[in-house]
Amino acid sequence: MAGYLLRRALMMIPVLLGTTLVIYAAVYALPGNPVQSLAGANNVVPPSVAHAIEAKYHLDQPFFVQYWDYLSALLHGDFGVDLNGNSVASIISVGWPVTVRLALTTWVLEGVVGIALGLLAAVRRGKTIDVAILAGTTAVLGVPYFITAYVAQIVLGVKLGWLPVSGVTAGWPLSYIVPAGCLALFGLPEISRLTRASVLDNLRADYVDTAVAKGLAPRRILVRHVLRNSLIPVVSMLGVNLGYLLGGTILIEGIFNLPGLGYQIYHGINQHNGPLVVGISTLLVLAFLLVNLIVDVLYGVLDPRIRLA
Amino acid sequence: MLSHRGQLEPAASSPAPGASAAPAAEPDPPLGVPQRFSVLRELLHTPRFLLPGALVVLLCLIAGFPQAFAGWFGHGDPTVCSLADSGLGPRSGHPFGFDIQGCDLYSNVIYGTRNSISIGLLTTALTLLVALVLGSLSGYCGGLVDGLISRVMDVFFGFPTLVGMIVILEMFTVHSVVSVSLVLTFFSWPILTRVMRSSVLASRNLDYVAAARELGSGPVRILVRHVIPNSITPVAVLASLNIASVITAESALTFLGVGLQAPSISWGVQLNTAQQYFTTHLNLLLFPALFLSVTVLGFVLLGDCLRDAFDPELR
Repeated sequence: MAGYLLRRALMMIPVLLGTTLVIYAAVYALPGNPVQSLAGANNVVPPSVAHAIEAKYHLDQPFFVQYWDYLSALLHGDFGVDLNGNSVASIISVGWPVTVRLALTTWVLEGVVGIALGLLAAVRRGKTIDVAILAGTTAVLGVPYFITAYVAQIVLGVKLGWLPVSGVTAGWPLSYIVPAGCLALFGLPEISRLTRASVLDNLRADYVDTAVAKGLAPRRILVRHVLRNSLIPVVSMLGVNLGYLLGGTILIEGIFNLPGLGYQIYHGINQHNGPLVVGISTLLVLAFLLVNLIVDVLYGVLDPRIRLA
Repeated sequence: MLSHRGQLEPAASSPAPGASAAPAAEPDPPLGVPQRFSVLRELLHTPRFLLPGALVVLLCLIAGFPQAFAGWFGHGDPTVCSLADSGLGPRSGHPFGFDIQGCDLYSNVIYGTRNSISIGLLTTALTLLVALVLGSLSGYCGGLVDGLISRVMDVFFGFPTLVGMIVILEMFTVHSVVSVSLVLTFFSWPILTRVMRSSVLASRNLDYVAAARELGSGPVRILVRHVIPNSITPVAVLASLNIASVITAESALTFLGVGLQAPSISWGVQLNTAQQYFTTHLNLLLFPALFLSVTVLGFVLLGDCLRDAFDPELR
């Protein structure tokens, strides 16, 4: 187990290096001059000021020198200073709780509802409710979630006025219900379908016959035996989803004006704010990798047949 | 934004733990060429295939010949606009009303089909090509080649895709169908490549491949004549679902303002504009959204049906 963890941790290093390099190179290659975009498009920057700013942010160094400087600072836990002079770490510490709250709320919603729907569909296989769930999840797949988000914003927020439509001033959970609900619709169909397929698969297993023969109550068989075994692939998919949720909240945070990491990244890209974009992306990649590692370890706990060696 | 929709990940490619765990059972070899044709013939008689199939054909026709559909209500030119009509609601001759520039919304939505479908098809074709080449190499050669390709895929899987796409698209000065497709391909190839790899892994040790090898065929001939034709089904089946998620991703990027841009007629651009006006002019949001959703739904239904037919285990 320790060896496995160590190997996985070592495997993260090239992945992290690769992703930071790609993002750093992409931001570096963005057209336009960061000094100019800092000053505003129409203002003339005196050459001496431009040189001073370039020297301060090492913009006059070759690409790999800049990247190396950045990386070594990062290893010391220093995310650097963005082009507006704010510390990237402080921007992250403000945005992080919002994104984590949004991602976790979404994750719990899609997990609980998805598994419940999948289980229901499997138990009532071929009945009306199964067909209805299939039709419903397919329809959800068809509608891009940013459209759902707008419609929800109009209907629930503007027309009915039930819930806040923008910002986080109402706090958790009120401000997060609509955004998380819309984002949850994104992963929900696949979770419910996977649960259904997996439960149906397990219902055919021999151990179910054994349990029936022993005279166990059907509910106990379903929950203790079938569901527990069926959740193994679902947990794996939920893990991957959590990773994506942490990074994939840009659209939703933009639409609902939630000041999280996605929101910051989007504005950072528009302002050619290299240090900010690279810092947040690196953090998101790291979170994604860690979440996947935790899920893989959980996998072994759920299913002792899978040995992590 | 593509891969984040788990739909493209069939059970066969569930992530790492299986691989690093106890020796996984050899995956079943995919359907061979003859079975494929009989499944297709059967499909042609089921409404579950025919309805979304017809919808997709219709959408492709609209994309190919928008002029034939746009003129149904007498105002077929999307560029004939009059600011006097700005934001007017539906009326005779203009079933969807007018956009903010006073252009007929119906013909604009019809013309918008072309960009979405083109990007969906082009990206998926490119992705399939990459998946076919890299997946076969990785699965058939194994060893160093496989290790290298798999690690590169890991980098992409561990990547907030939407962030990457936005950064790279910002870099491009030209936001055309081709450039957007290239960026989408750049981020979507690993999913199909992984499926192709596992499918090639399953069929590379089958008897007929061994027979061809014993008969003295070279690796290229074995791959092209024997292995690829017999392991392409799972990837080909996922193509339709891939088109659906590409179209969604494109509209999201365009909606964010980094995909296609204003003079191009596209649903994403229309939705982006509608953002500011939707509280007063609901039709601006409603009709492009409706077309977009129906298109995505068509490809999803078609893909689901194909997947169920060719991969009965997932039913």
